[in-house]
Amino acid sequence: MTFADWISEPVNWFFLAFGLVVLFCGFRVVTAKNVVHAALYLVGALAGTAALFLLLSAEFVAWVLVLVYIGAVIVLFLFGIMITRAPTGLDEGLDSEQKALPALLSAAVFVMMAWASIDAFGTELITSTGSPTATELLGQSLLGRFVIPFEIVGFILLAALVGGITVARRDLTPAEEEERSAV
Amino acid sequence: MVLNQFLILGAALFAMGVYGLLVRRNIVLILLSVELMLNAVNINLIAFESFLVTSQALGQVFAIFVITVAAAEVGIGLAIVLMIFRNRKSANVDDLSLMRW
Amino acid sequence: MVRGLFSVGLLAAEDGGTIHAGDGGFWADTAGIMLVLPFVAFLLILAFGKRLPNKGGEIAVGAMAINLLWASVLMIMNMTGGVLDETTFEIARIGSGIVFELGWVVDGLSIMMYFLVSFVGLLVFIYAIGYMHGDRRVDWFFAAFSLFAGAMLILVGAPNLIQLIIGWEGVGLASYFLIGFYWEDLDNVRSGNKAFLTNKVADVGLILGAILIGVSIHSFSFADLAKAATDHSTELGAVAVAGGLLLFFGAMGKSAQFPLHIWLPDAMAGPTPVSALMHAATMVTAGIYLMARTFPLFQNLAMDARTLMIAIGTITLFAIGLLALTADDIKKVLAYSTVSQLGYMMTAVAAGGYTAGVFHLFTHAFFKALLFLGAGSVIHAVHSNNMSDMGGLRKHMPTTYWTFMVGSLALAGIIPLAGFWSKDEILATLGHEGYTTVMWIAIAGAFVTAFYMTRTVALTFFGSYKGHGEPHESPRVMTAPLIGLAIPSIFVGVLNIPGVNWPGIGNFTEWIGVRVVAMGDYHPKSVDWGLAAIGLAAAVLGIVLGWMIFARDRATQAERDALEVPVLYPLLRRKYYMDDLAWGLVNTTRGPLARFVNWTNTYIIDMVPNAIGGVTKAVGGFVYGILDQRGVDGVFNGLSAITDGAGSAVRKWQTGRVQQYAAAFVAGAVILVIVFVFFI
Repeated sequence: MTFADWISEPVNWFFLAFGLVVLFCGFRVVTAKNVVHAALYLVGALAGTAALFLLLSAEFVAWVLVLVYIGAVIVLFLFGIMITRAPTGLDEGLDSEQKALPALLSAAVFVMMAWASIDAFGTELITSTGSPTATELLGQSLLGRFVIPFEIVGFILLAALVGGITVARRDLTPAEEEERSAV
Repeated sequence: MVLNQFLILGAALFAMGVYGLLVRRNIVLILLSVELMLNAVNINLIAFESFLVTSQALGQVFAIFVITVAAAEVGIGLAIVLMIFRNRKSANVDDLSLMRW
Repeated sequence: MVRGLFSVGLLAAEDGGTIHAGDGGFWADTAGIMLVLPFVAFLLILAFGKRLPNKGGEIAVGAMAINLLWASVLMIMNMTGGVLDETTFEIARIGSGIVFELGWVVDGLSIMMYFLVSFVGLLVFIYAIGYMHGDRRVDWFFAAFSLFAGAMLILVGAPNLIQLIIGWEGVGLASYFLIGFYWEDLDNVRSGNKAFLTNKVADVGLILGAILIGVSIHSFSFADLAKAATDHSTELGAVAVAGGLLLFFGAMGKSAQFPLHIWLPDAMAGPTPVSALMHAATMVTAGIYLMARTFPLFQNLAMDARTLMIAIGTITLFAIGLLALTADDIKKVLAYSTVSQLGYMMTAVAAGGYTAGVFHLFTHAFFKALLFLGAGSVIHAVHSNNMSDMGGLRKHMPTTYWTFMVGSLALAGIIPLAGFWSKDEILATLGHEGYTTVMWIAIAGAFVTAFYMTRTVALTFFGSYKGHGEPHESPRVMTAPLIGLAIPSIFVGVLNIPGVNWPGIGNFTEWIGVRVVAMGDYHPKSVDWGLAAIGLAAAVLGIVLGWMIFARDRATQAERDALEVPVLYPLLRRKYYMDDLAWGLVNTTRGPLARFVNWTNTYIIDMVPNAIGGVTKAVGGFVYGILDQRGVDGVFNGLSAITDGAGSAVRKWQTGRVQQYAAAFVAGAVILVIVFVFFI
């Protein structure tokens, strides 16, 4: 399969477009000098990913990604940035000075993974494009075979909720406590 | 579509996440990098699901689990960041080197 | 779910006879109550101990009393008919068919241990009520004490190696609590740490040995191990020596064998009742018990391990016994003595003397608990551990004195007290199995034992009192247990006179021979009076020499107040008569005979005991100063210095920067993947 063959398929145009968006946004997430910008670039990367999921006939997951991540998690991040009073403008001290080793390591990670993928799958094609996976199938799978992991994940979320509140709650000073009990 | 185009994209995204994890100083930004890495994993899962087409949509189910756990992680992670910030007036990992001799 | 492993059966004994054993019925099926009760007591004392008049002592005593009831019934059943039963509950399956079970074994060996722990434990608990009265944290003391006894019962009741390890660690934990009981003093904390860490070193051996053996025979059960060993299973045979030595290494820690004995003298930091229980029935006997429990392995397959075991046991019994000569702390003398006696037991078991070793464990428990409780009574009266603060206490504390005397004589091996018979059995076994040199060292050890016990008795109870205040006899709650232990210290020896079968109950050899398989060990069929006489002579010689040396030191000081201390120096006094006579002869006749008698008296007669005593003391000092303090402690200090240095070097890597750790983590992952992909 040559590159010409590959590029002649229209679906790959979309892949190329979204993939480049994802890569660019991902790159900006880790390099942006502005904290808020980094979070917003993550939105871009996630949106691109969601679009790629649509290409891969995973509609439900794509929308979950949009709702949960772009809708909720990013908002949480922005809150975190605001509350911790991170420098919202340009900040040169945002990264550590040591960049060579991390760059080398991440390059090694990439080469290793890419090499393993190419070695294992070569140019094998994804043939199942077209019909999206029925959400009904996903639901039956989640509440059938995977019902116990599903419940456990629900429990983890609850624990994270309670834990998050407990950890982040500011303990009242004795004076405040007295004031509160007096009311 | 070739399977590898997604896998390599995922690998690239993951490697970027690793870079951010190692380079960033602000804890919130480190968490963002972790999200990037989790997202790369999701791309792989969905790509494999599409490649293999399992009868129970295993890849997508696991992607959903990953998203859920990631959401929990962000919640807890940010709560911890908040507490650290309140106690140490900084969200910078370089200031948190207490775990040493 | 309860299942009886053994039905009523006939077991082949070593001499071709048969041992009848019943399944113990109700008492064996419910024997597990003994393993549980101390833990119930532990929780109850923690919950309610503070509010009770004796701070929980009554709960601990009550639990032990119920235990003793069960143990006694089982003991009597085993004496009259033999009891062999095992009750287990399956907890989990490990891997391919290895079953992890908890439960309890009821056989000759474990019944003996149940009885020992319960009996000694009960008396020590009663004693502790008096001893600890008004002390700090008494409720916690009794709670931890119950835990200690309970963990030991878990250990001795274990049907498999896993439960044994659980009990083993429980004993270690409880001993840590108790040794460091007075934790306000940093030294006591260090002693607790030392005991715990030394034991942990040995525990590694035990755990590795258990895994090795368990995996080779696909079972951790002692019954399966015994059967595999007697069947000469090839799987077990392949690992027998290594596994046996690893188990032995574990036993070395708990049973304080050279060079891991270093923790035991320091363990005296705890309250005295703890020492009594630790040295008699729990903790230090655990290692011997393990060796006895896995005896078929050493008897049938791991014969090559024996040489090392005997060597270590022999060093322990002799060299550590000598250390007792230099100690001034009365509890340390007894501690060194315990180590030495454990050396006897280990040597005996390692030489194939299952009966001899276990019998010595049995008799030793009574008189060593007695000695420690007696020492505790003395310490309670004079408020000092040092014998240089004691002296002349026999008049102030008659009950303590007499019972201590019984314990000392039993430990020294004077006929017909308990220690004589068990020590003689060890000597006979060693001689029969061909370890003649070891046997002579053991006889020399008997001499040393008698020597230092005489010294202890002389310095503590004779001469003049050198402490402060007026010592008083301890209250009844403390003297009653002393008497309760003195009686068995006198009589239990006759339970196993070789060749004697007591009507209706047989003898100790038969009782502890009730096991899943025949032990096949040697035990003498009749008393070898010649050997017994040699052993006895060694002990008597030790006593006589000890008396001449240590009582005379006292007398030179006591000479000035000779009226206060008129009697009980018979030998010494006879010597002074000889002096007087000689001087009289010189003065009246001035003849050569008189001069010769005088010269003989001052140089020869005095010289012999002085020389022997001096040499013994010097050797003791050498062993203590060079071997123990510099050699053994040096090795441990060196090891800790290496660990310390390595730690200082490595800790620089611990920058505390999370991202450096993460970078190392990622690099490691990459390297691993490369290795796996390219090279494997």
